[in-house]
Amino acid sequence: MSLQITQLLLSAQSADGRVRSAAEETLKQFQEQNLPHFLLSLSVELADDLKPPESRRLAGIILKNSLDAKDALRKADLTQQWVNVDASLKVQIKESLLLTLRSPVSEASQTASQVIAKVASIEIPRREWPDLIGRLLANMTQPDTPATLRQATLETLGYVCEEISPQDLEQQEVNAVLTAVVQGMSGVQESYKVRLAAVRSLYNALDFAQTNFENEMERNYIMKIVCETAVSEESEIRQAAFECLVSIASIYYEILGPYMEALFSLTANAVKGDEESVALQAVEFWSSICDMEIQIQDEYDGDDVRSSEGYHNFIQRALSMLVPMLLETLLKQEEDQDQDDSIWNLSMAGGTCLGLVAKTVCDEILPLVMPFVEGNITKPDWRSREAATFAFGSILEGPSIEKLLPMVHAGLDFLLNAMNDQNSQVKDTTAWTLGRIFEILHSSNCEYQVVTPSNLQRIISVLLEGIRDAPNVADKVCGAIYFLAQGYEDAESDSSILTPYLGQIISALLWTTDRTDVSSSKLRSSAYETLNEIVRCSQIPETTNMIAQLLGEIMNRLGRNVELQILCSEEKEKQSDLQASLCGVLQVIIQKLCTSDDTKLIFLQAADQLMALFLRVFACQSSTVHEEAMLAIGAFAYATGQEFVKYLPEFYKYLEMGLQNYEEYQVCSISVGVVGDICRAVDDKILPYCDGIMTNLLKNLSNSMLHRSVKAPLFSCFGDIALAIGENFEKYVPYVMPMLQGAAELCANLDDNDEEMLEYGNQLRRGIFEAYSGILQGFKTSKAELMMPFANHLLQFTEAVFIESNRDDAVTKAAVAVIGDLADTLGPSIKILLKNANFHVNFLGECFSSEDDQLKETALWTQGMIGRVLAS
Amino acid sequence: MAPHELRRPFKRPAISDQQRRRDLALIRQTQQRSDSQNRARRLASSLFDLPSHSFPDACQADFPDNVDVGYAIALEQSPELEASSPTVRHLDFVQASKLKGSAARHWFARQLMLTEWMIDVPPNLDRDWYVFARPAGKRCFVVSSNGSTVSRLRNGSVLHHFPSSLPNGARTKEISAPSHVYCILDCIFHEPDQTYYVIDMVCWRGYSLYDCSAEFRFFWLNSKLSETGACNPPSTYHRYRFSVVPIYDCNRIGLHKAYTGGFAFVKDGLLFYNRHAHYQTGNTPLALVWKDELCSQYVLDTDSEGHVPAEQQVVLELQDDGKLTTSDDPPILFGCLEKEIIQKSSFQAGNFLRFSVIDECVRIVDGKLELGDLKFVGKANRARAFADSYSKVFFQYTARHSPLQFQDLIASLDPNLDENSESNDMEMID
Repeated sequence: MSLQITQLLLSAQSADGRVRSAAEETLKQFQEQNLPHFLLSLSVELADDLKPPESRRLAGIILKNSLDAKDALRKADLTQQWVNVDASLKVQIKESLLLTLRSPVSEASQTASQVIAKVASIEIPRREWPDLIGRLLANMTQPDTPATLRQATLETLGYVCEEISPQDLEQQEVNAVLTAVVQGMSGVQESYKVRLAAVRSLYNALDFAQTNFENEMERNYIMKIVCETAVSEESEIRQAAFECLVSIASIYYEILGPYMEALFSLTANAVKGDEESVALQAVEFWSSICDMEIQIQDEYDGDDVRSSEGYHNFIQRALSMLVPMLLETLLKQEEDQDQDDSIWNLSMAGGTCLGLVAKTVCDEILPLVMPFVEGNITKPDWRSREAATFAFGSILEGPSIEKLLPMVHAGLDFLLNAMNDQNSQVKDTTAWTLGRIFEILHSSNCEYQVVTPSNLQRIISVLLEGIRDAPNVADKVCGAIYFLAQGYEDAESDSSILTPYLGQIISALLWTTDRTDVSSSKLRSSAYETLNEIVRCSQIPETTNMIAQLLGEIMNRLGRNVELQILCSEEKEKQSDLQASLCGVLQVIIQKLCTSDDTKLIFLQAADQLMALFLRVFACQSSTVHEEAMLAIGAFAYATGQEFVKYLPEFYKYLEMGLQNYEEYQVCSISVGVVGDICRAVDDKILPYCDGIMTNLLKNLSNSMLHRSVKAPLFSCFGDIALAIGENFEKYVPYVMPMLQGAAELCANLDDNDEEMLEYGNQLRRGIFEAYSGILQGFKTSKAELMMPFANHLLQFTEAVFIESNRDDAVTKAAVAVIGDLADTLGPSIKILLKNANFHVNFLGECFSSEDDQLKETALWTQGMIGRVLAS
Repeated sequence: MAPHELRRPFKRPAISDQQRRRDLALIRQTQQRSDSQNRARRLASSLFDLPSHSFPDACQADFPDNVDVGYAIALEQSPELEASSPTVRHLDFVQASKLKGSAARHWFARQLMLTEWMIDVPPNLDRDWYVFARPAGKRCFVVSSNGSTVSRLRNGSVLHHFPSSLPNGARTKEISAPSHVYCILDCIFHEPDQTYYVIDMVCWRGYSLYDCSAEFRFFWLNSKLSETGACNPPSTYHRYRFSVVPIYDCNRIGLHKAYTGGFAFVKDGLLFYNRHAHYQTGNTPLALVWKDELCSQYVLDTDSEGHVPAEQQVVLELQDDGKLTTSDDPPILFGCLEKEIIQKSSFQAGNFLRFSVIDECVRIVDGKLELGDLKFVGKANRARAFADSYSKVFFQYTARHSPLQFQDLIASLDPNLDENSESNDMEMID
């Protein structure tokens, strides 16, 4: 088998597609026929120094993929699969892997260290590989171990630490690991690669060092070594050491006090003189400190944070030196950096950090930055002007509007003029700064007005000129227009001072979407997105005609787009991108028009044609449905109401396709939402399609490959359907109720310590309650008794949720409503159940003391329903 | 080792409209889901769909009373409730039929159609009007919904809460009407035989008869009520018997039958309903009551002890400015209370005050009654929800001095119509 598997692993990487897929197929068969032996032979292949590196590498990768997957459910399956492998085989595999670490072929040893970490992630928490750490450490302590093995061992320790959590290791193991790592970092006789591996391991081990960091001596020692490493000869090691410092800044913020002076000079030197990769990490250190202090301020939420024990004021204390250091970085722009939005260099990092500093210390940043701005903004050198503008734009978030406003007023005219600067980067940053001003400081309801009737005209004319500039400048201008419009979104009057300019703005944006001097599609989609915001923020009815015209224009564009006959895949993608933008605008227009009865007529007249267009868009793709078109259908269904029935026969197949697309979960999720929209639009006319829809929903719920964020909406969707079809939901009860009960159990067993799981749990709970509410209300008039067997379970679940400390407001609202629904639907038959489950008294009490009027109303209603049952 | 995650490029404009569209779509769907679930909830019993959000902060305390306060405020603030469009009013009834406590009192006190007292004979009595004997007893609304039946007096307070054979009027298997079904009947509860005599039908099985003519309402009442078993003798799930009152065309024969005929109930005057009139809340001149000694024991108003006082007494409402008015809309002014008296007393605007009429001061000017000076007697009974109406005061006055007599009614009939109407006068009473 050994020869055969080598050949297969090589063939599976063949350039010849047929050879490749045949080999893959055979490998798959081996895997399915006898997984344990398959894994063993892979580990043997990986360990064998006589085998070609290519087959060994792939063997390692397949092993790794047999142990871990991104999807949590698949991962759980793989874990179980490994646990079930015969113990003696597992021992053989693990020995092979440890042996491979000794291989002089670095590809093999590196792959092995990753596989070991994956096995460790399963076995260490289960205490099934107790000697792993000891065996690895032995590699480090035995004399004369080759440098390659020391390197591979340190890398393995790092990966293992990355995979497991601190509570999985005994403190003495942690101590030993840290000792080995720190020795590896500081050993004079160690090779460069060993030291680098050691620093990188430390990065992963930092989380485990809680106890060690609490001990002053150990802490001093670790910090000393890290700081020394940060000035090593090799830049890669210095960078890795600074990455450790960044991580220490967020994990051990509270103990940093005594080291801050040293850390400041260390980082300042790196920012001033070190290679960019190192300097970037040095700036990042301060950004992390800002993140921490902002987070602590948020937790204190307005109380005097500065006097609190956990807040060390590091940023404020370093301010007078930190800010000049950051301002220096702004002058280190690269030529042409404005051409690349994703560029990350020292000046970008410096500006980002400056922005965080402003958020941390608020007003105090102004006297330190404004002289730099004023001193540089008129200089002949473009770098000075750009840096001054960037500095100003960076500090707009944090300081109070009272302090900022005079400065913005004084500077606005200057900025508007700077849109004619001869340097493109200056214009780019100026447009971005204008956008920031509008985003952060401009709101029509605010006491302090940045944009006034007297300067609006000038602002608009500068922006509309700027949008014709280079594509990168035009893109920033779109952002500025977007936020300028957004400032009027909540305007209370029916008339906006922006209205007289909307015609010009819309034409300029449409013109921008048609520009041919643009290589990427980014500007085009920015222009369309800005158009969306313009529509959203426009005031109906004064802009009705304009929006009606825009509707016609966008429909024409979409009509032309779907006519295109395209075969090449690149063009096809472009077509689809444009469809996304156009459907997006249509969606926004539909929603806007439906805010008033008069304008809704405009939509209704175009509805048939719109639907025809959407169907054409759907037809452009064979395997999936267009996400944006689906999103637009949701708004469309809501707007058409009962009339939507006539579109269902043609639309249904695309809805089904969307529901079946579990791989692109966003598409699936939106399709699920659209089912709800249709239910509410057509009520029980959806009945003929319900079997199909329910089948797909139920399949999705059982599909472990579907992204979990879609699961909760699936439950809510059951509620939507039940409410729409009422008693006809009866036949789905045997399928749906076990799902609801299973999900309720799952909620109880989710990991409390995981933020994401908490969030997921809350979504699930809400989904479950919404499902129950819909079903209960749907059955109320004629099939109430069907829900009787589930009443007790629902009450128990609700009580469990009531006790749950991590319950969020939406869950609370759904939970309190469902008790009312239960009482409303089942009436006196649950009198005894309700009497026994008297947690509702406290639950309602909690709701009544809430600030949320909606919640109070719901609670009041529920109390009424309960009262009626108890009084019966 | 994972390199530290790069921060999002700072200078990129922060617009991601697609995510925004997704988020907004989600918000919209969440809102609409909650709306449609709330709509489902309200169909049964929600009180909270009114436009007002003015629930008082004290709503933590016990439920019904506080809701009532909130609801009563909402009622008064809500212009829709005054609107007369049939759909609005119909919806209001859907909600109102489920009301409880003082909110319900408040509501029902304003929903009965109140007859005016007949001061003079309306024209075309025989062509456009029905006549029937009014059973003596308590005028009330009877509402059946959600498996129970509630009767409410003219002031809105509950008379009985009981099971009945009306649709959805009791929780029994037989009455399997959907829960949104409800009925509202205009009745008189007749103590001696413990029977609700139905004199009008406002809603039946959830359908409003509000904007139907009296002719149709009486037809529907006669054909539908007996189908339900509501007219059967009392049983466990049907505590009180319902009965219809024979209704006659207002011709000579009809008038005589109503006036002199023997009925299962004690008579308290005659009721005259215009056959074209819709059911209208409050006082209406299209439904009239007439009484004399022969057909009623209660021609003249009694005082709180049940005696007929020597002088006519009236109950008037005290207004802000001291004016004393009737319950009519618009109110008719009958006098004025001096500021000093108001200040000395504990009277507040809205109080109902009882006065004696001083016959010497009364004038009839151009057919309008003016009472002149009044003598204060005391505060009216607390259960009062209304002052006397103008027509009642006038009727009581004429009853004491020159009553409108049965002969006057007969005399007003067109003798030529007698023959035609004779054939169909009993049509609706079997």
